[in-house]
Amino acid sequence: MTAPTLVDTRGGMSADVPPRGPLPQRLFWTTGRRDALTGYLFILPQLIGVLVFVIVPVGLGVFYSMNDWNIFTGKMQFVGGEHYAAALSDPQLPAVLAATAAFSGGVVVLNIGLGLLLAVLLNRRFRGVTLFRTLFFSPVVVSVVAWTLVWGFLLQDNGGINAVLEAVGIPGANWLQQGSTAMLAVVFTQVVRSVGINMILFLAALQGVPGELYEAARIDGARPRTIFFRITLPLISPTLLLTAIITIVGALQAFAQIAVLTEGGPGLSTTVLVYYVYQQAFAFNDIGYGSTLALMLLSFVLLLTLLQWQLRKKWVFYES
Amino acid sequence: MRADQRRAAALVRRVVLYLALCVLAAPFVIPTVWMITSSFKPLNEIFQVPPSLFAAQPSWDAYAEAFSFQPFARQYFNSVYIAIVVTVVTMIVSSLAGYAFARIRFVGSNVLFLVVLVGLLVPSEVTIVPLFQMFKGWGMINTHWPLILVTALAGPCVLATFIMRQFFLTLPVELEEAARLDGLGRPAIWWRIALPLAGPALSAVAILTFLSSWNLYLEPTVYLTSPELFTLPQALTRFTDAYGGEMWNVQLAAATMTVVPVLVVFLIAQRQFVEGLAHSGLKG
Repeated sequence: MTAPTLVDTRGGMSADVPPRGPLPQRLFWTTGRRDALTGYLFILPQLIGVLVFVIVPVGLGVFYSMNDWNIFTGKMQFVGGEHYAAALSDPQLPAVLAATAAFSGGVVVLNIGLGLLLAVLLNRRFRGVTLFRTLFFSPVVVSVVAWTLVWGFLLQDNGGINAVLEAVGIPGANWLQQGSTAMLAVVFTQVVRSVGINMILFLAALQGVPGELYEAARIDGARPRTIFFRITLPLISPTLLLTAIITIVGALQAFAQIAVLTEGGPGLSTTVLVYYVYQQAFAFNDIGYGSTLALMLLSFVLLLTLLQWQLRKKWVFYES
Repeated sequence: MRADQRRAAALVRRVVLYLALCVLAAPFVIPTVWMITSSFKPLNEIFQVPPSLFAAQPSWDAYAEAFSFQPFARQYFNSVYIAIVVTVVTMIVSSLAGYAFARIRFVGSNVLFLVVLVGLLVPSEVTIVPLFQMFKGWGMINTHWPLILVTALAGPCVLATFIMRQFFLTLPVELEEAARLDGLGRPAIWWRIALPLAGPALSAVAILTFLSSWNLYLEPTVYLTSPELFTLPQALTRFTDAYGGEMWNVQLAAATMTVVPVLVVFLIAQRQFVEGLAHSGLKG
């Protein structure tokens, strides 16, 4: 590189050509450095978003969980592990955790099982296959609250489901008011609304399985079941892992469905942890205890994700 | 004879398949159909036994009442504009970050990517209590700022960044090298080379982000107190008469109307959506 010069070597209108920058600066801004700076600038908005709206609040949550906060006087008092001890002896918490496990377990198993079944059924070519895909996906278009309201109406004592059952001669149940059926109703409503997304993800995965593998297996005389378990399932296992994580995190977050359909009742039968956190923090204004419960929820999510991440080595198959 | 039998067996199998699919599809389809048709019924007809699928004398009364009972037009507008702002901001932020994580080498990029991924794992309910206090400190309670900022920059945006990164990883590097030789800088490469190719991934991001903003329920419940600031999910649960009884036909009319914008978004982005998921590493 030649030294910068004010003389325009191209001749002519030298007055219009701005002088080049001084040499030291040009050497400092190598391509690599400029690239790195661009990189930092590019990720900056996302990074700030996560820091300010996720990481700082989690830190604050830890702080709140160790304090008693009187929101009417604004006074904060350090209580250490008192809220954690309170959680251990909270007589309602076992029921809440049981409801959380039942809801999340039910939703995850049904969502993935049914999603996979639908994807396999609809991965073939036959007349009307696109229509059926659309039908199974269609609840996603209806907003969560609207969908839940409609099911709430259909499931109530004098609602549509019981009217249909009555017409056929089967005695209905008061689905949402009985401890034994309320959880079933909530899980069912949630699964039917959201399974379409998993179905689409699985369909995309199934379509990525090379056809030659199926042909080869068929020539070797493999049975459909063997083909499914030995070829299809291993090849789509990365998707299975991802949907499992997304579905578990999503199930642990379900709030609107519970709030609209059962408000946690009857009793505590559908009070999942998320709903309990909301009640403690915003209905009973117990910020400290609410924060403690929220951190408990976070530790469940992290634990389950970590567990899956470790287990993936056992069952997730990567081609490369 | 054999061929005949085989054909018959195939036919039986096909009939069984269609029957199974129709039975399976019923709980997916009937509620939506019932929601739409019942919104045209008077209240007494909704509770009629045995239930009817279609209104005997369809009327638009419930639709008119939805608008007069609460500031529904305003609430509708709130939901639409918030979802659009959130979606556009997320598309920009996530494609910038996704591109940088996939394509630019800089010190600490792996660690910073892990930091960002934390945003994907922390449920919004965990952060809502501290966030409420933070926004209270900033004087943003009973405004739309919390709904916009958190959704556009944290939670759903992190999933979007992940999808964009996976997509950009699959783009051939040669394209960028050629552009560099032509003297384009990074911002220009992002804007003029990478983004135009990212259509499928961007539409997947657009749909997922629009849906998550549209479905927010806990956040508006916590942050908003004035009915004219409410978003649709919140508004839907407020159609109750003076005695707390639910005005089902009005509620169903309102619920039916909330489907329209999502349908529009899907019609615009749908074709690229499925392709986008297939290309962004979410497939096997």
